[in-house]
Formats: sequence, structure tokens, C-alpha cells
Amino acid sequence: MSISATYARSQAGPDAGAFTCTACKATYPLAQVAGNLYVCPGCSHHARIGAHERVRQLADRGTFQEWDAALAGTDRLEFFDTRAYVDRLDEARVRQQLPDAILTGQAALQGHQVGLAAFDFGFMGGSLSTAVGERLARAIEHSAEAGLPFVCVTSSGGARMQEGVFSLMQMAKSVAALHRLAEAHLPFISILVDPTMGGSIASFAALGDVILAEPKAMIGFTGARVITQATYEQLPAGFQTSEFHHARGLIDRVVDRRELKEVLAQLLAVLAGPSGEHSQALA
Amino acid sequence: MTLGESEAVAPPDDAAAAWAHVEVSRHPDRPYSLDLIERCLDDFIELHGDRQGGDDAAVVIGLARLGGQRLAVVANQKGRTLEERGRRNFGMAHPEGYRKAQRLFALAGRLQLPVVSFIDTPGAYPGVAAEERGQAWAIAQTLEAQLALPTPYLAVVIGEGGSGGALATLLADAVLVLEHAFLSVASPEAAAAILFRDAGQKQHAAAALRLEAANLLEWGIADEIVPEPPGGAHTDWDATAALLRPRLEERLRLITERGFDPARRRERYRRLDGLFEA
Repeated sequence: MSISATYARSQAGPDAGAFTCTACKATYPLAQVAGNLYVCPGCSHHARIGAHERVRQLADRGTFQEWDAALAGTDRLEFFDTRAYVDRLDEARVRQQLPDAILTGQAALQGHQVGLAAFDFGFMGGSLSTAVGERLARAIEHSAEAGLPFVCVTSSGGARMQEGVFSLMQMAKSVAALHRLAEAHLPFISILVDPTMGGSIASFAALGDVILAEPKAMIGFTGARVITQATYEQLPAGFQTSEFHHARGLIDRVVDRRELKEVLAQLLAVLAGPSGEHSQALA
Repeated sequence: MTLGESEAVAPPDDAAAAWAHVEVSRHPDRPYSLDLIERCLDDFIELHGDRQGGDDAAVVIGLARLGGQRLAVVANQKGRTLEERGRRNFGMAHPEGYRKAQRLFALAGRLQLPVVSFIDTPGAYPGVAAEERGQAWAIAQTLEAQLALPTPYLAVVIGEGGSGGALATLLADAVLVLEHAFLSVASPEAAAAILFRDAGQKQHAAAALRLEAANLLEWGIADEIVPEPPGGAHTDWDATAALLRPRLEERLRLITERGFDPARRRERYRRLDGLFEA
């Protein structure tokens, strides 16, 4: 399996050995930034990373087994905007080394077996195509069948316009699949990273039993630009950031990427550990 | 979407037809939910509030009968007058509206009432207060509530079916769509802004999204297209209701007759796109 950090590297600019932070504009050696999990060593800005890099950061080395690797979608609407959708798909598949905007599989996380899904924002904005919805739903179902907690790292602009109403219906598909996990009394840990918008946060991503978010991720139903255009409202400071939602009771914890695996392991130790006699009495 | 791709693209030939469909669905004289509820259902009694501190007038809930059948009803509601449009927020709900719908689903489950929903919304309200109070979370929880609802559930798209806001009351055992109504992943204006970086390309976007009602039937998202009077529902509200009422009765009967099971509803939305082998 490829473990390239395609999207983060694309931010590295013409000098492949250097990384310029999009927030503070400081430049660091790429190896240093990669070793810091693509968090800026100066300002702690969390750069966007691709699905392969996310899995590399979270899964114990050599434990990730991809699910449904061959499952890819089609261009049901024969969609053409300024380009043919099939051309956009082909280009993204090559560039991101993924069949669509999500990577799913089973992995160990500090020894805890989990179902793991990671969105790839570099693949058409991590948008919800039928194939993304299907891979996500299957990952949830594989987890339910195998008795595994499900961990999903979402970075998605929401619906994929090029798949029209089929994209919209992926919201329903993902929620229907999550019902299976709930029936099996298995936990769903939803991790929101920059950005998680629209149909993704308005379906599966908001339904985590525990919801974590990386610092300063943009999260919301409608994007700030559209809100301003539609309502002329003043946006409050820090609008739609992880911290904004945490303060309003919508996110459990804001977790630095460098601590994410440790926090997940702590959660899994409780959620997926020995159940105790009172839980056993309920079974 | 790559920036700088905004070169003009000629809209396809069917753009005018697609846009005409959208305009009929938004006609100012089109019957809104309460107009059809009054004409199709018996003894409608409106209920108010989400029981958590809000009562969003963009969503109407209540109890009714359809012939001998008791029902719970949930509907998007647009306003007719200037005052009512403001109060109803043009049919665009805040989180309280979706929580009001959740309350209705809970009530229906407890009292074993079938649910009928009427969908007519441009979408969820895109405002600061809605975001602050968890718009996305409210919609997600409403999707979950629909898929857990233990009673028969019928949805009717009567006008605009915009995005996640429409989906919040659409995930039924059967979906009816009025002839000139539509369901879309985003409003044509929003889709045009995203695809072409130009909301003025709305006609083009409407055609590309193929959002006419007939396609929903072909794709298996809708079960039936309900005809409207010649010219559209706005020409004759009574005739529109007279065409719709027997379809509601028949569809509710069909849902119950084949041995109702909410697991089948979840399976419907799990397999909806029909592209992948189970």
C-alpha cells in the first residue's frame, strides 16, 4: 500500500524539500514538518493531509488492511460543467492514488482493532459521491460484523454536485449503515478535521458517540462565504471553528493531531475494553 | 473545484425546460403545505414547539385523519404574505424546526401513528444563528429519527425539495413527487455558484443536475409522480388536492399491506443508488 502524503506535499511548493506553512508563511524542511505530522513547528497550524497519510499516522505500522479496494463509482448523470466529470475523476484517481475520496480498512491502533475510515480532501474536496458513500457504509457494516469500534476521520466539503441527487442520498445511506453499528452496541468515534461541511457534517459525521476535532478546523452546514452572501450577517469571531462548536456543546474535545492517536487509544481502552459485570448483565 | 475555470460554457438545449420546471415549483400562487393539508386531510390539528425551547414556524407539525386513519403530519411551510414569509422564513428551517420534526417522529412512534410529510423548502436556513445552534447536528439527528421511526411513513414533495433540509423529512417508506416539484442536492443557484462560480448559470445547473420529477421515478428515489392540473398546481388548488388525496390513501394502504417493517426502510436508503452489489 502506498503511504504517500500526496496532499500535504502538494503544499510544499516548488522546492520539494521545503514546506511553507499556509498560516504563518514560515518555511521549514519538509522532513521536519512530516515528522511533526504536518503540524507547523512554528505556529501549530494543522496542514491538510491526505487519506494515506492519515492512516499512516493512526494505524500501528503494518496493520492496515484496506477494505473494498476495487470499489469505484460511475458518472450516472453524464455530468459536464466546465469539464467532463469522468475526466475530473480520472485525474483525481491518479493524483491521490485512491479510487475515490475515502480510504477504509481494518487497523490496530495501539493494539486496539478498529474499523478505520479516512477522507481525502485532495480528491474533489472529499465530497460525497456514491462510491464514497458506499465505501463508508461498507466500512461501518464490516465493523459491525467484526465487532469493531468504528473510527472515521472526516475532511469533506459535503455533497458532490456532479452526482446530483445521488450525492444527497449518501447522507441517508451513511445514517442507515450507522444503525447497524448501534444495533451491535459498538462505538462510533467521529473525528472532524479541516474542513467538514455540508452534507457530511449534516449526516454521519455529526452522529459520533464521541466527536473529536482537530484545532481550528472549519466545520459547519453552510460555508461562511455563502452565509455572508445570503444574509449579509456579521460573522462572530472564530465562527465555525472546532473551538466554536466545542464551546456550544457540539464537539466533545478539540485534540492536537500530535496527541490524537494517544487520545483515541485512551477512548478505545474504555469503550472497547472489558465490559464489566453490569454491562454483561445487559447483554 | 479549481479556481479560474469560469470560462463560459454553452448551456445544454434542455436548460430552458429544466428551468421552467423549477419556476413552476416556485410559482407564488402554488399551494403550500397547509393549503394541501387542509384540502387532503381531515380534522388537522396543529401542534407547536420542539419541547426544547423553540417553535420554528418554517416547520408545521400536527395530527389529522385521512378517512378512517389517524396520522401524524410534518410539513415545511412557506409564507404567502410579506408578514408570513418573514415569520415562516421562506420555508427555511433553523435547528428548532428539525428538532420539532424529531418531536413529531417520537410522538408518532409512541402513539403508533403513521406519518405523512409534505416537503417544500429551498433548504435549511444558511444563517449565523442556525450554525451556532447546531444546524448540521439537528439535520443529522432528524435523518436518524426517520430511519428509526417504527411506524409507516409517507413523504410527498409538493414544491421545492432543497438539499439536506428536504432530506430531513423525506426518508419515508414511499416517496410521492408532484409533477412540477423537484428534489435537488443544492438549489440551482447554489449549484451554479459552486460549479461555474456564477449563480447566473442557474438554468445550466438545473439541466445538468437533471432535477425534473420524472428522473426521480426512473432512479427509484420516488415511487410515484402525482399529476397536477393542466398548467400546474397553482391553477387550481382544489383539483391538485383531489388528485393527491387518493394517492395518499392508496400509498399508505400499500405500505401497511405488504407487512410493514422499519428495517425495510433502512435497507431502501442503504441500497438506493442501485450501483453496487449487496
